[in-house]
Formats: sequence, C-alpha cells, structure tokens
Amino acid sequence: MSQAIVRLLVSRLLQAGLVAWAVGTLTFLLTRALPGDMAYRIAAGRYGYENVDRDAAQAVASELNLDSHPLSAYAHWLGDLLQGKLGHSLVSGEPVWQELGHQLGHSLDLALTAVVLALLIGPPLGMLAGLRRGKALDKASLVAATGLRSLPPFVIGLLLIMLFSVTLGWLPAAGHGTAAHLWLPALSLALGLAAVSARVSRNAMARVASAPFYAFAMTKGLSPQRTFWRHGLRNVGVPVVAYLGVQLIYLIEGVVVVESLFAWPGIGHALVHALVARDVPMVQGTALAMGLLFVALNTLVDLACLAIDPRRRPA
Amino acid sequence: MFHSRWLRQVTVMACLGLTAPALAHDDSLDIVAPWEINSPNPSRAGHVFLRMQVAETLTDTDRKGRLSPGLATDWQVSEDQLTWRFAIRQGVQFHDGTELTAALAADALQRAASRPGMLDQVPIAAIEGRGNDVVIVLDSPYALLPALLAHSSTQILAPASFGADGQALQVIGTGPYAVTSLQTPQRLAVTRFDAYWGEPAAIEHASYLAAPRGETRALMAQSGDADIVYTLDPASRLRLERTANVVLFAEPIPRTVAIKVNAAHPALAEREARQALSQAIDRRGIATGILRTPDAAANQLFPPALTAWHQPGLAEQRHDLEAARETLAALGWQRNAQGMLERDGQPFALTLTTFADRPELPIVATVLQDQWRQLGIDVSVNVGNASEIPAGHHDGSLDLGLMARNFGLVPDPLATLREDFGPQGGDWGAMNWSDPQLTELLETLSQTSLPPEQRQTHIAEAATLLSQAMPVIPVAWYVQTAAVTQQVEGFSIDPLERSYRLSDLRWSDT
Repeated sequence: MSQAIVRLLVSRLLQAGLVAWAVGTLTFLLTRALPGDMAYRIAAGRYGYENVDRDAAQAVASELNLDSHPLSAYAHWLGDLLQGKLGHSLVSGEPVWQELGHQLGHSLDLALTAVVLALLIGPPLGMLAGLRRGKALDKASLVAATGLRSLPPFVIGLLLIMLFSVTLGWLPAAGHGTAAHLWLPALSLALGLAAVSARVSRNAMARVASAPFYAFAMTKGLSPQRTFWRHGLRNVGVPVVAYLGVQLIYLIEGVVVVESLFAWPGIGHALVHALVARDVPMVQGTALAMGLLFVALNTLVDLACLAIDPRRRPA
Repeated sequence: MFHSRWLRQVTVMACLGLTAPALAHDDSLDIVAPWEINSPNPSRAGHVFLRMQVAETLTDTDRKGRLSPGLATDWQVSEDQLTWRFAIRQGVQFHDGTELTAALAADALQRAASRPGMLDQVPIAAIEGRGNDVVIVLDSPYALLPALLAHSSTQILAPASFGADGQALQVIGTGPYAVTSLQTPQRLAVTRFDAYWGEPAAIEHASYLAAPRGETRALMAQSGDADIVYTLDPASRLRLERTANVVLFAEPIPRTVAIKVNAAHPALAEREARQALSQAIDRRGIATGILRTPDAAANQLFPPALTAWHQPGLAEQRHDLEAARETLAALGWQRNAQGMLERDGQPFALTLTTFADRPELPIVATVLQDQWRQLGIDVSVNVGNASEIPAGHHDGSLDLGLMARNFGLVPDPLATLREDFGPQGGDWGAMNWSDPQLTELLETLSQTSLPPEQRQTHIAEAATLLSQAMPVIPVAWYVQTAAVTQQVEGFSIDPLERSYRLSDLRWSDT
C-alpha cells in the first residue's frame, strides 16, 4: 500500500512542477499579448481611473522597468520562481505571497465548506433515489439535479440571495467577517456539485443494489441497513469520490464567479481584479495557487480512492 | 426505514446549521460602495479614508461645496502671490496620540507632492513648517492652491503611518473615526475617536465594504445587510423604491458623462461636424431611459451643481437628426448605396472607446452608436479599461472616448479644467484641440485672485467658448444615488463626494 502512495505522490509532485511552469509561462505570454498599454493599466489599478494620466503611467513604467525586453523579464520571473519568490503586486506593492496567504485561506474555507455541504446533500439523496428507482424521489432528484447543474453558479447565487437574504432575512447577502457570511457562497457552489454527486451516487447505488452480491447478502439474512453498511456504502463511495475529482474544475471555476458576486476576498476575486489591472505578478501568483490547489485536491481524491478501494492497491 | 431516518437526521442537522447564524442587527453602521481600497497610501486610496472621516485635509468644504477651514484654520498669500501661509489648527491629535504640528503637516504634504496626484500641476518651490504655519513657496502664482489642498491625496497622516521606505503601512489620521481594521482591498472598520478636535460622532462603530458588483450592492441594501449603499444601477433603483425600510437618495454631482473627441481625426476636425454629432444625440431619451433621471440631460458641460460655471440661460440641446444631416451634407458628406456617409471615397467610420467601471457607460455607448448610425456614421464600440482613453490620447489612436469626468475632484473645477483644456489638451479632456483665448482665460483665473464680478465674466466667457467649439461633447449629468436604511437619521450625500458625513448620522429611536 505504501508503495502505491509513494508512487502517486511522486507523480503528483512532478505534475505540480509542470503545472507551475506551464501556468506561469502561459499567464506571462497571455498578459503580454493582451491589448492596451501595461503602464496605463497598472496606473489605473493603483491610482483609480480618475487619476490616470501620462505622468502616472510614466512613473509606473520607470519604477517597474516595464520597457525591458519581454524575454529578460521572463527569465527574471522564472529565476525568481525557482527560488520561491513571487515578487510584489504592481498595484498594492505588497508581496504576492502575503496577499495570496490571506486570499487562499478565504478561498479554501469556501471551497472546503462547499465540498462538505455537497457531500452532505448529494450522495445521501442520490443513494436514496438509487434504492427507490423510478419512484417520486428518484424523478424529483433527476429534475432538481438537471436544473441545478445547468444553472451557472452565478445565477444560483443570486437566487439564493433573493431567497435567504431578501425574502427570509436569515443570512447576510454578501461580504465576509462572520461565519454566517460563508453559507450562501458555499451553498451556491455546493448545489451544483451536489447535483452531479447525487446522480453519480444514484446510478452507483442502483448498480450495486441490483448486483447479485447485494441480493445474496440480503438472502443470507442481513438486515437492509447492515447490507448497506457492509456491501453498499463502500462500493458506491468509489465512483462518487472519483467523480468529485472531475468536478474540481467546476469548483475552481465557480470560486472565481461566486467570490466576485459575494464580495468574498478570495483568490478568484483577486485573479479577476489582477487581470483588469494588468497586475502580472498577482495574475501569475493567483493562477499558480489555483493550479497547485487543483493538483493538491486531485491528490487527496486519489488518496481517498486508494483508501476506499482495495482493488487499486497492488497485491 | 433506516435509510430515510439517517437521511432525515442529516437534513435536519443541515437545516439547523443554516438557521443558526441568522442575522442579528449589530451596532455597526455598514457602508457598501463599489470602490476598492487598493492600499493605505493616500495617493492610491486616500478617497476612502477621507470619505470614512479617518483622515482630514488642510482645507475642507462646507455644505454648499465652498472651501472652508479644515486642519488649517486660516490661510493667506503674500503680495507677490508666491508665498502661502496656512495656520495649523491647535490642539489636534492624531489617532495614536501624537500632536499635529506645522512640521508634521509639511512632511505629509511633501510626501504627497512627490507622488502622482493633484499637486503635480502646482509650481511648488518649497514646503516647510514655520512656527504654527505651513509655508508653501511657489515659482509662479497659483490661486487654486487652497482648493487643491482639499484633495484626498493631500491628507495629513501621522508619521507612524509610514514605513522606512516612505510607503504607508497604516492610516493614522486626525478625523472623528479611527481605523480598527483594514483588510485591503475590501474591508475597513472604524471606531469613534473620542479625542477628536471637533464635534464628536454619534455612531460608535462603522465599516466600509467594497462590492464592485451593482447587483450585489443592491441586494445587500434590499436585505438590510448594509445600512448605506452607494451607486445603484438604474434597474435596482426601481426595485429598491418598492422595498420597505429603505429610503433612496439622489443628488446631482459635478460629474458629466461626455464624449472626448479627437479633433485631429479627418472627420472630426470641423467644429460643424462635432456639432452635428451632438445634434444627433437624443439626450433626453438617454437620461430618461438609461439613467432614469430626465433632468440629467446635459445642455452644457457644467452641471447645475457647479454654480459658478453652469450657464442657467442655455436652451436644451435639441435632438435634431434633420439639422445634423444638413450640416454634414454641407461639409461634403454624401450617402452611398448602403445609406452610409462618404467623403472623397472615405467612409465616416469611428470607434467609440469606453469602460465599464461605471455601469451605465457601455449602455450609453451602444445608444450613441445606434443614434449616429441613423445619420449614416459607422460607429464601433470598444468597451475596455478606463486607461485606454488616456493611452489613446497620447498615441493618437483614440477617435471618440465616452467618459464620466469629475469636475469636483477639488472644490474648484478650474483645477480640472486646466488639466483638460490646456494648450496640449488633456488626458481626460480635449484632444488635438486648443484655443489660445481659452488657455489665457483659464491661466488668468487660476493664477490671480480676481474681484468676483470680473472672475464671473471670465468664467462665463470660458464656458461659452467650450460649449460652442465642443472639443468634448456633453451627454448627461451624473446623479449620485444611495439606499439608506430607515434606522439611520441625518443622511445626506456630499455632492463633491469628499465625505460620507458619518459624524452627522445617528441611529433612529424607532
């Protein structure tokens, strides 16, 4: 077992290095290729658009040495990255590491709460539907899952604010600072995730429940709950957890949109603002953090699959 | 059955979790606005700290927008108009307990002058503290100096606010509120400063949250999550009007939606062509349909809030497509087979550049595109970053730029006008257009303190010149909006957007 884990971790580590290089290079190329003058963009981000003029842009260009050759700027950046330096934000002047530290914490809070909520909502409903195929709950969950998954998180978020903040007045609409502020953004992400998990676990449950070994377990006299605990749960768990890995894309993409809607100070929100202000070190830093987060979460999913599914371990 | 029981338990737990942290009204006054707090540096986000009444400036403005004493109680200029003395208010404490002295104020101004900002245009020779006065020596006369010292970038912070490299690390001001926490770029919390030199504030705690999305802000007002929400999009305003417990406020501010015109563009060089573009704009339609404020239709560059510069007698700019067509025909523009205008084989084609920081600008841009197309002008709209307008100004690539220009950056619009309509034009003003007469008028007005009547004649001349030559085509005046909870009393909008006037507010008893 330990050998499988080591092999997994090594390959993921290599992957992380590759992701870091690719993300950094791509963001570097793309931000250079964007139309518009970088110095003016950065000046607008720093001083507010009202105060952007040629003087401000020239001050920015000379301070940041923006006129240097792109290749030398790239080599400089790559060298810094190898030493673990991400530089300073061009807009706020703070070290990128420091800014990422704050933002990553907020984003992780949001993403993990969303995953936990999704697991609490999706698989239980799905398994129940799988045990009662064709019944009302199964049909209703199909309709709900299709509806939720086809709505972008942005729309789900607005609907949740309308319901829970405006109509019911239970939860704050946006902002951050207290635990209550976490619920709506996390739920906006969780509902989309839960929709897919519910369908995956429904199908897995249906397959397991109709398998001969499940019928045999019942025949030998186990009660329905024992059969489920002993022979159902683990078998259903593998595809649900594995599929969660696939859904991470949805989660990371959703974080960007949802954070901006709820004024949540996370990494997605920072990425959008850094792009607008052409704050290249922040764009690279946030994209890098999101790429590595993706690799890390995938590794966790793989480890969880290894733990759940003995067939994946070498004999 | 077992499964459903287990499920029911999970569901109940999840629901309990959801209802537990329900909203409780706290004692903090929560303000939400679109503008982010980039940094503690006065030159970068000073406006937020000024508005939240954390920091103060040497000069201030009164209710009517006129210059009034701030941290300076009084100011005088020498006979030769070159030496200004600002008497510093005595007994003023910074939030860290340091006493405000003329030397500290002079240090803060020197810092402001060394960074990009309003002080750029002042010919400063020296700034120093002498006794109780801050003395500013100029190379040439500059009558607007006191007005410029009301700008947020010149706010006076305590020395402890700055690190060794001169960058601000925190904001220690002299205002009625002191910073308790600052989480850039979104949140600022303040608490009442009991040793404030003026009238103490009634409300003890307040917070500022930057929420750039208009929908989010409106929903926060609607749900009672925020006490005061600034800058509402027109669609949300309609909904908020029907919301109980929320009162809407609207105040005309000295900001004008206008089109910056490249006067060197072959199609735009003639004054008549610019006037034809102006005649083809249905201003009332834009003001009513998009801004939802019919009175916002602009017949001149200066809104009524700028009492000195606004010309009350001017007629409404009529929407007259026929007249516009005739004007263009007289300039030699002919309709081609597709109905579009051509002259010497060249089509009348323009790019209108604008930005989305102010949500109504892209919508107004597409309306203009449609209205000019009716004239036979092929307009493409480019919605980008605000900085594309000054960048296009300098590399000459801009044709037309739709912007919202603030003439109230400092209490006297003259400072902004000098930047916009100088001999070289201005990043946010004229492009490849200048008028020696206007330049001279603006110079005279800004350099010398004229007697009021003579000053008014000069101003009227300059304003008339601008509205005839149209280097910038006015479209609409801006109205600042706010949604305020009924639990707050004493609210008003500062037309100069210098202050949120927190210290005037109190919780209502009901």
